[in-house]
Amino acid sequence: MGESGYLGDQPRMGFFTDTSVCIGCKACEVACKEWNGVPEAGGLDLLGMSYDNTGALGSNTWRHVAFIEQPVPSTKDVPARDVVALGMPAVGAPAPDEEPGVRWLMSSDVCKHCTHAACLDVCPTGALFRTEFDTVVVQQDICNGCGYCVPACPYGVIEKRKSDGRAFKCTLCYDRLGAGLEPACAKACPTDSIQFGELDELRERAAERVTTLHDSGVAEARLYGHDPNDGVGGDGAFFLLLDEPEVYGLPPDPVVTTRDLPAMWKRAAATAAGVAAAVAVSFLGRRR
Amino acid sequence: MAECHPVGFQWVMEAKARGAKIIHVDPRFTRTSAVSHVHAALRAGTDIAFLGGLINHVLRNGLDFREYVLAYTNAAAILTEEFADTEDLDGLFSGYDPEKRQYDISTWAYEDADATPAAGSGEPEQSGEHHHGGERHQRAARGESYGSGGASVHAKPKTDETLQHPRCVYQVLKRHFARYTPEAVADICGLPVEQFAEIAEAVTANSGRERTTAWVYSVGWTHHTVGAQYIRTASILQTLLGNIGRPGGGILALRGHASIQGSTDIPTLFNLLPGYIPMPHAHEHFDLDGFVAADAGKTGFWGNMRAYTVSLLKAYWGESAQPGNDFRFDYLPRLTGDHGTYATVQQQIEGECKGYFLVGENPAVGSANGKFQRLGLANLDWLVVRDLQLIESATFWKNGQEIETGELATTEIGTEVFFLPAAAHTEKDGSFTNTQRLLQWHHKAVEPPGEARSDLWFYYHLGRLIRERIGDDPRDAPLRDLTWSYPTAGPTADPSAESVLAEINGHGPDGPLAAYTELKDDGSTTCGCWIYCGVRADGHNHAADRKPGSEQDWVAGGWAWAWPANRRILYNRASADPDGKAWSERKKLITWDAGQGRWVGPDVPDFEVTKPPDYVPPEGAKAQAALGGADAFIMQTDGKAWLFAPAGLADGPLPAHYEPFESPVGNALYSQQESPTRQTLDSPHNRYNPARSKAYPYVFTTYRLTEHHTAGGMSRTLPYLAELQPEFFCEVSPALAAERGLEHLGWATIVSARTAIEARVLVTDRIKPLKVRGRTIHQVGLPYHWGPNGLSRGDAANDLLSVVMDPNVHIQEAKAATCDIRPGRRPRGPALPVHVEEYRSRAEEGEPTDG
Amino acid sequence: MVEPAEFRSYYGRPILKEPAWKQPDVPLYLFLGGAAGASASIAALADVTGRPELARAGRLVASGGSIASVAALIHDLGKPTRFLHMLRVLKPTSPLSVGSWILSPFSGLAAVAAASELSGILPGAGRLAGAAAGLLGPAMCTYTAVLLSDTATPSWHEAYGTLPILFAGSALTSGAGAALLLVPSVETGPVVRAGLIGAAAELAAARHAETGLGLASEPYRTGRAGKLLKAARALTAAGAGLSLVARRNRAAGAAAGVAYLAAGLCTRFGVYAAGVESARDPKYVVVPQRERLRR
Ligand SMILES: Nc1nc2c(c(=O)[nH]1)N[C@H]1C(S)=C(S)[C@@H](COP(=O)(O)OP(=O)(O)OC[C@H]3O[C@@H](n4cnc5c(=O)[nH]c(N)nc54)[C@H](O)[C@@H]3O)O[C@H]1N2
Ligand SMILES: Nc1nc2c(c(=O)[nH]1)N[C@H]1C(S)=C(S)[C@@H](COP(=O)(O)OP(=O)(O)OC[C@H]3O[C@@H](n4cnc5c(=O)[nH]c(N)nc54)[C@H](O)[C@@H]3O)O[C@H]1N2
Ligand code: SF4
Ligand code: SF4
Ligand code: SF4
Ligand code: SF4
Ligand code: SF4
Ligand SMILES: [Mo]
Repeated sequence: MGESGYLGDQPRMGFFTDTSVCIGCKACEVACKEWNGVPEAGGLDLLGMSYDNTGALGSNTWRHVAFIEQPVPSTKDVPARDVVALGMPAVGAPAPDEEPGVRWLMSSDVCKHCTHAACLDVCPTGALFRTEFDTVVVQQDICNGCGYCVPACPYGVIEKRKSDGRAFKCTLCYDRLGAGLEPACAKACPTDSIQFGELDELRERAAERVTTLHDSGVAEARLYGHDPNDGVGGDGAFFLLLDEPEVYGLPPDPVVTTRDLPAMWKRAAATAAGVAAAVAVSFLGRRR
Repeated sequence: MAECHPVGFQWVMEAKARGAKIIHVDPRFTRTSAVSHVHAALRAGTDIAFLGGLINHVLRNGLDFREYVLAYTNAAAILTEEFADTEDLDGLFSGYDPEKRQYDISTWAYEDADATPAAGSGEPEQSGEHHHGGERHQRAARGESYGSGGASVHAKPKTDETLQHPRCVYQVLKRHFARYTPEAVADICGLPVEQFAEIAEAVTANSGRERTTAWVYSVGWTHHTVGAQYIRTASILQTLLGNIGRPGGGILALRGHASIQGSTDIPTLFNLLPGYIPMPHAHEHFDLDGFVAADAGKTGFWGNMRAYTVSLLKAYWGESAQPGNDFRFDYLPRLTGDHGTYATVQQQIEGECKGYFLVGENPAVGSANGKFQRLGLANLDWLVVRDLQLIESATFWKNGQEIETGELATTEIGTEVFFLPAAAHTEKDGSFTNTQRLLQWHHKAVEPPGEARSDLWFYYHLGRLIRERIGDDPRDAPLRDLTWSYPTAGPTADPSAESVLAEINGHGPDGPLAAYTELKDDGSTTCGCWIYCGVRADGHNHAADRKPGSEQDWVAGGWAWAWPANRRILYNRASADPDGKAWSERKKLITWDAGQGRWVGPDVPDFEVTKPPDYVPPEGAKAQAALGGADAFIMQTDGKAWLFAPAGLADGPLPAHYEPFESPVGNALYSQQESPTRQTLDSPHNRYNPARSKAYPYVFTTYRLTEHHTAGGMSRTLPYLAELQPEFFCEVSPALAAERGLEHLGWATIVSARTAIEARVLVTDRIKPLKVRGRTIHQVGLPYHWGPNGLSRGDAANDLLSVVMDPNVHIQEAKAATCDIRPGRRPRGPALPVHVEEYRSRAEEGEPTDG
Repeated sequence: MVEPAEFRSYYGRPILKEPAWKQPDVPLYLFLGGAAGASASIAALADVTGRPELARAGRLVASGGSIASVAALIHDLGKPTRFLHMLRVLKPTSPLSVGSWILSPFSGLAAVAAASELSGILPGAGRLAGAAAGLLGPAMCTYTAVLLSDTATPSWHEAYGTLPILFAGSALTSGAGAALLLVPSVETGPVVRAGLIGAAAELAAARHAETGLGLASEPYRTGRAGKLLKAARALTAAGAGLSLVARRNRAAGAAAGVAYLAAGLCTRFGVYAAGVESARDPKYVVVPQRERLRR
């Protein structure tokens, strides 16, 4: 039996998103919408967040590409070799009065298909369920729009669609997986930033990639969500990042809220008993 | 490249993963820069200086691939004494006529050219008639006919194999580029000397026997008054380094629209026939022999031009084309001058051009100087627009900028507009020819919606109806005699695209032809486009071949079909040394197998397969037979790669740095400021910003976003794309924002002599001020996708541009011009032209800035 | 305010989604459920101890409150049929599922008790239903705390030890408040005492929420939530004070009742607002999680 509780022969499927090769083309965002018939995010807002104008994951954006512009030390501060080795060098300008260079990080975010998925745990209707691929999917005909999954998700992924009232998120293309196809976003990704496959294999591949990057001087490469011992038992969709997770809008150390649920119930039960006791005590004593 | 060719860019990422060093040369820090090792930010319009600097580095330090250069290039050729370089004439080559702003190219020739006619041509060069170059050449943008091989020279040059002769090409080159020092590059381009040195080191270290460097470009290099010379500069560099015809080398032109390569191969251009056969000229080409004689290179594969042309005429006029009637050569239309798009628009404004078809383009937004375009459209009798969407070019009469400003009134526009919905590529069969000359077939996936029809349907039935209506007027014989029968199918009687491909491939007495070498000039073969001959060899549609990469070798010849002859790397004879051995095991492609007596290797050899490396052409040989066993550049009349171009260019045999026509600074190298042969267009609706104008102190450059497509008809209309880049914006550096008081996400008004447009402001470190000629030059970035229609709307960047063109191919200078930028929104209505006029008069009064 | 030097984020954008529930529906649902739960228990004991007016009022409040609470939930869901999906399964990992399985029988029982009370029909069954509702009452008071805590919303989750007490205390004062408002003073002795216990618990818990949860306490102290919770505290204290003279002064009793009820509303809206604020500002996610990682 898997950590997530799923029983079966089908290996767990997931994503390794290697942001070090993402070119921010947003093909994943669009392919997802096309395949899944997701409505447009609504509103044509220029957000001024670099080239990101959809802002965040949500009910109408199941893949979201983040763009982060960062100043980096100008080449004069760093020996040229190191700058090259970074893989993300400065706009090279060693002239003395130079302002800092820039690096541009792009990253395609998605539902993490958590091993311990809070959304699924708290869903009162069973609309959210775990598939045979060990992914987390909403059955739209069951979802009653209670919205509980929304604040439960430690990554802020799932959301209620305003026009509809029900909750929506990435299905890891459950329909395509069933038909033996890879998810639409991964299929569309030109640089293989989004890699789909058996999770175990992806984790190995990711570890190798980090080593390669470290060896080539990209010291800041790190994995995120790959660790089965983290607060959510590891993500079914994990990432290689080039900066701290929060820079990409990801929580640094997410914990599935239901980890504390037994303690919560205990506390609530004890308190309920306290209420009973308090009421009972109040009725003791003089009859007036 | 990541922005505009993201799918192709996967190979760059793969190369990077395998250890390639990626260098991105671009004024802006883009998605491409983000994943490159080095980003070289230079000022828009200065790449000739940058590349010239690299050439100088190679020549000064003797870093060229000498064996390759000696064997395969014209480095050793000796030039005439009359030739004078820009070094001698301060920025001009010999032969310049300042009145006409044109060159007489006769002095750019090899020494004793006339005395040494090309092997076998038998006839001396007609004096005074320099076909490849000069005025007519320029007017007809004849340079475009070099899409498949260079201009012809009818002479084998004298050579000095030691490369010491002061007039040999190598020495001329060395002198010419001597002033392109790293310091000059820094001064002109704004590129720090250290960074230039790093790039020079990387490029040269990665070239030679064991390694090759590739240069990849697109319109950042072509949309300049010196665009063709940009590519020439890269060609010289690559040829010197031995990076042509070898795996991993090349100068790769990333093309635009999905089949834009196809539309030059089987051209929509006014000056070409299929396969880069030039369009005959009304005053020069009276018969087939005259046409072929004047244009066919007598040696090299263009020596067979008569066979290509006759087969084409047979494809057009079938049985009617016979030897006795010159194969109906006289049925072909003729050129009388420049009928390029901008010249045509001027004729519209002048009332000479009355009717216009716009099929799959949106010039009201996409072409330089939007107002100029719209004024042209507004002065037609009729306009047919076939498009997927109701684009601005079909609605200019109600919502063009000029309606708002009162310069035009809907009620006074007489143009009758016919809008015909077109089927998209998913709604019809057909082929795309892409960047790497690869024909890829696409199958219809869905029926077109409603009234939409394929373009093939439209032209076929239009032709059918016209042919039904014309009587027996002899004038209409060319139409009556056309081969015009294609099987149709389905409820809309759509013609079969495969039957068109079959016609293009051509056939002989024994059925479909397998290769263009089978073409005959006696009328026994037909072929709609000689370079495509073989795509349907054995009657099989090879464009539809889809053998997965994992099931074949690395050349992947089983995926689709590349012209010519399914050859993947052009001039691949150069991948072997003159003796036919690989330069190195690592870079092995085609080699001579003496045992078998043929060239072997994974790619289709770009050489006669059985011609040995030591072949010496006999006296009097013609066409390919006149090329030796080491003449790798088989489409050239002399079989050589040209470091120096003795013919074929309107603006010089060598590239020289000229400032963009609108530039904020003076030319650091010559007193000749801008390209002397630039093509300007005189019209009150096409005003130019004075060079070095204080009123327009900033450089702007236009470009694309991944999220949108060109003039926007295919992206601004789609919700999924519109939301990704919802509004027109300009990109400026924090320093420029501070200088002009621009606020992030606020509005800016950008002004040129043409108009003023407004855009939201993105202040970003990705745009960098450059130190140029001792001054700080700010650049403004403008994506050019917006217009008034669709979901995401905004002003059009092209309204800001003027029409000024490269003289070789008539491309507009869209990448470098000047402007002013101010905070706030632009004036509206009639106040707008008034505002622009005020600026203009100030600019014309103003003194140029120094530097 | 976000102090940029302290932590990094993606353009200051929230990492978490704000609770998707509607306001005022869900804070009302929380409040009504609590008041109903406490009232049901009070009613049951009042019935046993022979306080008919208190029992009657309690039953009516329990029933009215719980039905209104269901109505608020249904309104939040958008379609009435969607409530039925809640009862498809019983999932212990979902406080909303468990809550629905508490709320539904409770509101049913409370309704039966109230109907019998009003109509006089089947008094035995009515009493039995009332007693059963009274037993479920305490659960009604606290499950909503788990409902909020079992989310990633920092100020709710971090307060999972505190919110049950806060909500229970607040439910008691609300139940007491309703009784003080509706019931003649001769029968209000127990509710005054229950109210005082509740008030003490509520004030202590609120204080802990506002100070004892590290950064997650900040939203309880500041902004709209801070104002609401401050008001709640003042109202609770006032209610408690007034309740002491409720037996002598009917008007004071009624005022105490109103104060208690108002305090209950303010508490729920305040807690809700604090949660929303903590989800909105990424620092409440990043800073504590970073600290946790550093440890
Ligand atoms: N997503 C998307 N893809 C497209 C298109 C599209 O509209 N959208 N259009 C297609 C078409 S038609 C074409 S032609 C191609 C064009 O493809 P590209 O040529 O890649 O397109 P651009 O963005 O116009 O220009 C490329 C870059 O040139 C830079 N540049 C400007 N001036 C100079 C200069 O003087 N020197 C150098 N070195 N760089 C300069 C610009 O900053 C820009 O980043 O893309 C095709 N692909
Ligand atoms: N400032 C500036 N201007 C530029 C450039 C620049 O870089 N800067 N780039 C230039 C370049 S490289 C180009 S290619 C042009 C592009 O400029 P245009 O070609 O004018 O612009 P597009 O929007 O690509 O127009 C193509 C139209 O074809 C329609 N279409 C698509 N498929 C079909 C079909 O099968 N049949 C028919 N009939 N219609 C179809 C689309 O809906 C679309 O409206 O812009 C040029 N203009
Ligand atoms: S990321 Fe959120 S929505 Fe996705 S499985 Fe985990 S908890 Fe559920
Ligand atoms: S909104 Fe739908 S998916 Fe989310 S918890 Fe409620 S029923 Fe489950
Ligand atoms: S897996 Fe499917 S549903 Fe999920 S983001 Fe990718 S395309 Fe969308
Ligand atoms: S498709 Fe791939 S490369 Fe493009 S934005 Fe998405 S993840 Fe990045
Ligand atoms: S749109 Fe077509 S041509 Fe452009 S990158 Fe994608 S696949 Fe290539
Ligand atoms: Mo293009």
